Amino acid sequence: MRSWPWRSARGIVDHAAGSSIHHNIRILQSRGWVMSTLTETRNRADLLIVLGTTLRDTNPGFWSRIGSPAEAMFLAADETRTVVLIGDGLDATEVAGARIGDVVTLQCPDDRIGDVLGALRARLKGAQIAERELAGVTLAGIDGLAARIAKARYGVIAWAPGALPAATADLTIERATELIKDLSRAQRFAGLALGGAEGATTAVGVCTWQSGYPLRVSYESGAPDYDPDRNAIDRCLAEGEGDLLIWTASISPDIVPPATTLPLIVLGTPGLALDRPADVFIPVGTPGLDHKGRMIRVDGVVSLPLKAVTNAGLPRVADVAAAIKAAL
Amino acid sequence: MLTKLTGGTVYDPMHGANGDVRDIWIEDGRIVAPRPGARVDQEYGLKGRVVMAGAIDPHTHIGGGKMTIARMMLPEDHAGSSVAATELTRAGCGHAVPSTLTAGYHYAEMGYTACFEPAMLPANARQAHMEMGDTPMVDKGAFVMLGSDDFFLRLLAERRDFALIKDYIAWTMHAAQALAVKVVNPGGISAFKFNQRMLDLDERHVHYGVTPRDIILTLARGLKDLGVAHPLHLHGCNLGVPGNVDTTIATIEAAEGVPIHLTHIQFHSYGTEGDMKFSSGAPRVAELVNRHKNVSIDIGQVMFGQTCTASGDSMKQYGNTKSAHPKKWVVMDIECDAGCGVVPMRYKDKSFVNALQWAIGLETFLLVDDPWRIFLTTDHPNGAPFYTYPHLIRLLMDRAFRAEQLSRIHPAAAAASVLGSLTREYSLYEIAIMTRAGPARSLGLADRGHLGPGASADITVYEDDHNRERMFEKPALVFKNGELIVKAGRIVKVVQGATHVMRPDYDKGVEKDLASYFSRYHTVAMENFRLADDEIIDGDKGSIIVQPCGARVS
Repeated sequence: MRSWPWRSARGIVDHAAGSSIHHNIRILQSRGWVMSTLTETRNRADLLIVLGTTLRDTNPGFWSRIGSPAEAMFLAADETRTVVLIGDGLDATEVAGARIGDVVTLQCPDDRIGDVLGALRARLKGAQIAERELAGVTLAGIDGLAARIAKARYGVIAWAPGALPAATADLTIERATELIKDLSRAQRFAGLALGGAEGATTAVGVCTWQSGYPLRVSYESGAPDYDPDRNAIDRCLAEGEGDLLIWTASISPDIVPPATTLPLIVLGTPGLALDRPADVFIPVGTPGLDHKGRMIRVDGVVSLPLKAVTNAGLPRVADVAAAIKAAL
Repeated sequence: MLTKLTGGTVYDPMHGANGDVRDIWIEDGRIVAPRPGARVDQEYGLKGRVVMAGAIDPHTHIGGGKMTIARMMLPEDHAGSSVAATELTRAGCGHAVPSTLTAGYHYAEMGYTACFEPAMLPANARQAHMEMGDTPMVDKGAFVMLGSDDFFLRLLAERRDFALIKDYIAWTMHAAQALAVKVVNPGGISAFKFNQRMLDLDERHVHYGVTPRDIILTLARGLKDLGVAHPLHLHGCNLGVPGNVDTTIATIEAAEGVPIHLTHIQFHSYGTEGDMKFSSGAPRVAELVNRHKNVSIDIGQVMFGQTCTASGDSMKQYGNTKSAHPKKWVVMDIECDAGCGVVPMRYKDKSFVNALQWAIGLETFLLVDDPWRIFLTTDHPNGAPFYTYPHLIRLLMDRAFRAEQLSRIHPAAAAASVLGSLTREYSLYEIAIMTRAGPARSLGLADRGHLGPGASADITVYEDDHNRERMFEKPALVFKNGELIVKAGRIVKVVQGATHVMRPDYDKGVEKDLASYFSRYHTVAMENFRLADDEIIDGDKGSIIVQPCGARVS
């Protein structure tokens, strides 16, 4: 008996946002964290600290829907929340709404946010810092934030891993999550990881419950084998590994395959703007447009039902994949 | 198609069959009355083999966000236990927190035909059902969590009409596609969001002013009035805290005779005696359970080795993070709905505390008289992974084996436990009650857990091996809906089990309050919060069985 049926098609599963996803995953797998979700943050947070972004590009509805809702269950009717932005060139005017009170900006290079958080953590523990300034942030600025943190009923630190510089993203996230753990001993604080476009959160979730691992899984042996560095598709392509790229893009028409000389099969929406023609292009529908589906939201807890609104006769990616498997 | 299982030794407690040699007839997936003289299409000779209904696990964390967090956090859990795809089965992996597919296959290979996820957050119900949909072989169902969600706490604090609260309980069961209702650290998950670190039975929630006692009684009475078969599935206050046996005893008394199911009671049976200020409360708990016929329990037995604890109890799991092994953990506040805490744990037989936890679980098994009110669980994976069940069954059935295992644990723990003096050995009949008939009756599964005419032909056949661990590890045959799915402990056919739900009546008027609440505070519309049937019945994958609910009384 054959041990498994797809001997001719071994492969690695990853997502276009695999690299930014894995900044979070590495911290989860090395330290863990204390996290919140969108509804909890919307109703409860009185202090919101956002790292390296105003969220305008990654989560454009955040400030109106989460940051500044008309009603928040645990804020008084006229109570506002404080927002602190830490990073480079962040425009405080992008953080607006009736529920937004003070917006404080700590200007520092994005690759030094972790250092600022480290100093903050040290000051909250009562440590002395000799420098009057760190990464462009004055000690007074850090102490000011420490004072706001100490007064917070429920503080949330938010980040979007893809918006942080890749080289220091792990460190930044770890500093934030370890700060939250420190604070959690005596008060309530939580993290909120944002970003998550193009079904990334869904891909991570489904891959995890089906295989045990959050993407970057190789099925070379027939059994799942996880190695987030070796099985990174961008690394594989850069180093000339593999002999075929199958690119699935059923949501945004902008997510095109990375540059590669490998043979290319694309399961894409009809409008997908390819840089070079695919060897095989199979048009597929978009969940929530052409067919039903379910999508796990960025906070990884809530998932939403997607309905079909048109009937262009485009197949689901799942149907195409099943047909390919059946034909092998 | 008529199938006959001939001459097996049958244990079917629902019909009083205690080792009776009899034939079982199957037609169209159901057990039917004997048809002497009829033409049999397929016959299995089972002389000398033990026949029981398919086993039912009434409390196993198989699907939902916190399990996927655990899977994601613990790649080292899966390393070395990867499972390759075969012609029949898909790939997967897993030790303490297996992938969904692997869990389904493994359960079936152990003779289980139904598994119930006990802690489904309403806000996470869609994902929980997706995960259960990817758990093949077994039937499943879920208990939806209430009691720390802000909608419920507001109703209670505002002293709204009890009928409305019952409507909300029923609405939530419909919306989340649930079979039963669970409460976890009643009110405590919410209290933790307000920085309360403890909430004892009569302590007030700092914001809402209600107590766990109020919450427990409201939910337990509500479920009874709604006609829901399974009583309130109660994860009490003070999980894992030394001295919590007093809370557990007070909780049993607080129920005032209303049916309740105390889950993973081992974790709630700790005293504070002795040098280590940690002692067994099992004899006191068992004595009380024996007297209170309204109470059923499952154990949450601890077994030694690496596992991962995963609970909705963010408050108490935060406290447990100091024991995390390896040193990483996740605690979450979720959606004004609930929370979770995922803490990997390694139970060591040479640790006094872990060894005593092991003994406390076994003491409870052996001291509770009525096997109809006690279910065999490890609270997978909290006490141990589910595939330790055969070992656990041997501990219960084989005194000599138990004594030998007892001699290996931390000697002070052995000395602090009455376990060594307990001579009881479970019979196969009692095991059949604890792992089949009892859970089926408690959950209201009319056609599961027994072998009478009309029952779904979910049947497990074992070799009668005196080594009960070996016997229960690898059944000779397993049938699901009359089809042979496992032979000699290996899958021979892959099937997709059904999802069991219960749907008590409610007045749709409750949706007026709910729609307003969702639009004022939530990030999801009420309509999208609710799971449609066709999200579970997805092509040829999945089906729903609506189990009969009793009549609502008010």
